[in-house]
Amino acid sequence: MNHHVAVIDYGMGNLHSVASAMEHVGATKVTVSHKPKEIAAADRVVFPGVGGIRDCMEAIRRLGCDKLLDDVLNRDGKPVLAICVGMQALMTRSEENEGVACLDTVQGDVRYFGDAHCDETGTRLKVPHMGWNTVEPAIDHPLWQGIKPGERFYYVHSYHVVPADQKIVAGTFEYGLTGCAALARENLFATQFHPEKSHRAGLTLLKNFLSWDGTCS
Amino acid sequence: MALAKRIIPCLDVDQGRVVKGVNFVGIRDAGDPVEIARRYNEAGADEVTFLDITASHEERDTTAHTVEKIAREVFIPLTVGGGIRALSDIRAMLNAGADKVSINTAAIHDPDLVREAAARFGSQCIVVAIDVKCVSTQGKAPRYELFTHGGRKPTGIEAVEWAMKMAEYGAGEILLTSMDRDGTRDGFELTVTRAIADAVDIPVIASGGVGTLQHLAEGVTQGGADAVLAASIFHFGEYTVGQAKAFMASQGITMRL
Repeated sequence: MNHHVAVIDYGMGNLHSVASAMEHVGATKVTVSHKPKEIAAADRVVFPGVGGIRDCMEAIRRLGCDKLLDDVLNRDGKPVLAICVGMQALMTRSEENEGVACLDTVQGDVRYFGDAHCDETGTRLKVPHMGWNTVEPAIDHPLWQGIKPGERFYYVHSYHVVPADQKIVAGTFEYGLTGCAALARENLFATQFHPEKSHRAGLTLLKNFLSWDGTCS
Repeated sequence: MALAKRIIPCLDVDQGRVVKGVNFVGIRDAGDPVEIARRYNEAGADEVTFLDITASHEERDTTAHTVEKIAREVFIPLTVGGGIRALSDIRAMLNAGADKVSINTAAIHDPDLVREAAARFGSQCIVVAIDVKCVSTQGKAPRYELFTHGGRKPTGIEAVEWAMKMAEYGAGEILLTSMDRDGTRDGFELTVTRAIADAVDIPVIASGGVGTLQHLAEGVTQGGADAVLAASIFHFGEYTVGQAKAFMASQGITMRL
């Protein structure tokens, strides 16, 4: 099957990893771009993100990626995978950088773990939440196919997503709180962890994304 | 069900080849960095660190090219350090495919570089590397100081205070190397590791001195490190990453198995 993936590039850092990972799991073509025409040629779209949310949002708006993403998600109905800050950018608002308005594609907040973040036994937890932590799938979803409950993925973040509608939480992690590891709604799947950096488990999820038809069942 | 402690094989690279010295002298050749990184990726390493130990500006392109090749095949986090002096160096390494960049001497000369880099690229990709030695003056308690130039040049900077300052400036992680232990195979310098791990809220990677699997476990259980870095015990096939993980797990440490 032909799988053409577009990775939305708004100039914020390393997109090679996700592009290479997509090729590795069998994408026939990977386009890294912010040009609507080039994105339109792809049959599925990755919305990545690293760095501070204020700079990300500024770049997303300056390059018209907000409109682009809205078209891909709502007009074209293509499968979209948002990763890390890409997921956070979809929310209503983030606490990072003294508060930043985000895309409001998904209602909800992006919250800081907190300065004296502890687990249930009172043991201090480091922030950023950096390293391999587990994901407990909260729903059945085609992207979880072949991924066991409790599988470890690579996370690196200091802020976490809290969707207003808890029913869209697709998986959770535990780190002093039960956080949203992934969310799913119609043709959108978003992960807080980095599948492109999560070795076999991550590559499995990316492979699932390549053959996903964009429905949640 | 907690965050796993990490094992990070380190590739010290000189002119495109992986090397590892004893106290940074008497270097032995252990091969091609791309091949080794791929091997570690397959073996279950949690990350790979690539330190360009003889980085000069003329060699930057070679390094970036090697990083590019590694990033194309290795789907775990990749940290690159050595010769990072400016925001443009960081940008070049991130563009080549590094996930994190480690800053050492340049942070001492210009601490604001860490602040600017964290603001520009995000704390998650800024590792501050600290090389320490225990300095004892007669009649005074021993203290740990930062050294540069492979442990030859003292700076007078106290290690714990420095780590706290770097965390405050936006470092996302501390890579702590004991220059007293590096290459000795006597185990991590646990005292300073513990002191820094307790003092900062960001993750600490212990480095320098690993000779046995027990040493790796001690870095976590006694040193309080979030990750342990080692080179020669893995490069020369004495232990596999899998054996190291199984041993650490048997000591009650949460690992990704």
